[in-house]
Amino acid sequence: MLLATLPMWVGNSYYINIASQILIWAVLALALNVLVGYAGLTSLGHAGLFAMGGYTAAMLLANGHNHFIADLVALAVTLATAGIFAVLALRATGIGFLMITLAIGQILWGIAYRWASLTNGDNGINVSTRPEPFGLSLSSAPSFYYATLVVFLVAVATMAVFVRSPFGASLTGTRDQARRMTALGYNVWLIRFLAILFSGFWSGVAGLLFIYYNQFISPQVVALTTSAEALLMVISGGSGTLLGPIVGAAIVVIMKNVVSAYIERWNLVLGVIFILIISFMPEGLVPGSVRLWRAASQALRGRVAVPAAARQEEPR
Amino acid sequence: MSALQIEGLSKSFGGLRVTANVSLVVELGERRLIIGPNGAGKTTLFNLITGELAPDSGRIALLGHDITHTASRRRAHLGMARTYQIITLFPRDTILRNITLALLGLSPLRWNAFADLSAQRGLAEQAHAALVRVGLDHIAGRPLAQTSYGERRRVEIAMALAQNPKVLLLDEPFAGLSVDERRDVRKLLLAIPREVTVVMIEHNMDVALDLADRITLLHFGEVIVEGTRAEVVANPRTREVYLGA
Repeated sequence: MLLATLPMWVGNSYYINIASQILIWAVLALALNVLVGYAGLTSLGHAGLFAMGGYTAAMLLANGHNHFIADLVALAVTLATAGIFAVLALRATGIGFLMITLAIGQILWGIAYRWASLTNGDNGINVSTRPEPFGLSLSSAPSFYYATLVVFLVAVATMAVFVRSPFGASLTGTRDQARRMTALGYNVWLIRFLAILFSGFWSGVAGLLFIYYNQFISPQVVALTTSAEALLMVISGGSGTLLGPIVGAAIVVIMKNVVSAYIERWNLVLGVIFILIISFMPEGLVPGSVRLWRAASQALRGRVAVPAAARQEEPR
Repeated sequence: MSALQIEGLSKSFGGLRVTANVSLVVELGERRLIIGPNGAGKTTLFNLITGELAPDSGRIALLGHDITHTASRRRAHLGMARTYQIITLFPRDTILRNITLALLGLSPLRWNAFADLSAQRGLAEQAHAALVRVGLDHIAGRPLAQTSYGERRRVEIAMALAQNPKVLLLDEPFAGLSVDERRDVRKLLLAIPREVTVVMIEHNMDVALDLADRITLLHFGEVIVEGTRAEVVANPRTREVYLGA
């Protein structure tokens, strides 16, 4: 984490901007991970929530409202959307949940694309200025990076507390054994509903960072590709872990920006990487690496110190 | 006031009547055994009592309160706990965490998204106490995936007991256990204080006979015989159902 505060030494604003992008996508991936990893609910509609925050703020800003009002309303609208999203999608779990979220995402994409009088359609909306919190200008790449880093760190801290909390335990309980949870006195529906609101809130925050970074939003952001990419970040990095979605976001963003400079078919490279990850570490890169590291260090220790037969089972 | 009062309870799946006009009264502190051959509707009756299924008709009262239309989760808060015939635990968690989830289910703390669960000393102590009761405290930290079937059976019971229920429903607590494991579970059940009313399903009559005060025999969803242990054993209908004579 200390290293993350020092990429200013990189100097080159191109790489600083890539670091900002990684952090923005990591916030979205962390938000999605609440559902995929901890609630066991796989959503393919998160681009809708992400864009809901972005679009609302962009439209308000274009109409001359100030940043504070625009951001506040954007988050409120995202939360309300997440509420509706939850009520509809929670009629099912598993593949049913996935299909409903996919449908909602596509509806929101349709609105962004076709309702041109509201959303300016394919032309998108320009965001002319970045906010100036406490009078600090965020127009330069490093200053925007720091602002993003602060938001990112707050998101990570919130998630870390959430995961260790009793409510976090309630949520993973509904993922693993919903039937038992009901019999034990838990309101499974409400637990899942609140988790979707929590996830929606951070998706909206990521959406705000996104429009301030790009100073532009268009229907492309709402497309299924965005939802699928976010899901790939979570799964490839390791769902149900804190670090996993962050690593996943880094992989995707770096592939998109750096590798694409050298190889035209960077999507192909990304696909191969995902296939390798899923083949060798089906649980994701972060937990998979931990497992391989443990196995490797154990094997090494075994060879050097004690014969394998005499080795005791590693205490857990 | 009875612990459990059921009147005219019926449930059909399509054309199949799984529970047919069942009425029974379980008194406070009673040990009631519900027996019957496979498909007699024993587990369905439990699912109706706990609210996992809604009855087509009839009434259910718990400790004098009508709970016929009460949500399943509310019944847990009213003092009802159950175990499952098919082990229904949290496979990714440790034994201790399984019990902690049972305790948390009745605590307002379950909504708290800011506290650190592992720092809740009170919960941890209660969970350990529940594990002492079933003799599993020495392996409290073991992941459930590394436990034996017999141990999981006892975790099932410990989870229900941890909630300090007034009415405890046990669905075949001896299913699949070895002779030694059965003896352990029997000891455990005999140690449950009389403030707790126990209703137990058992497919195999011999296993649980001596644990029961009264016995209800179900057959094709109907109550065929009900009475004390001696009455039910002596009844010719019992013989008929169980021996097919």
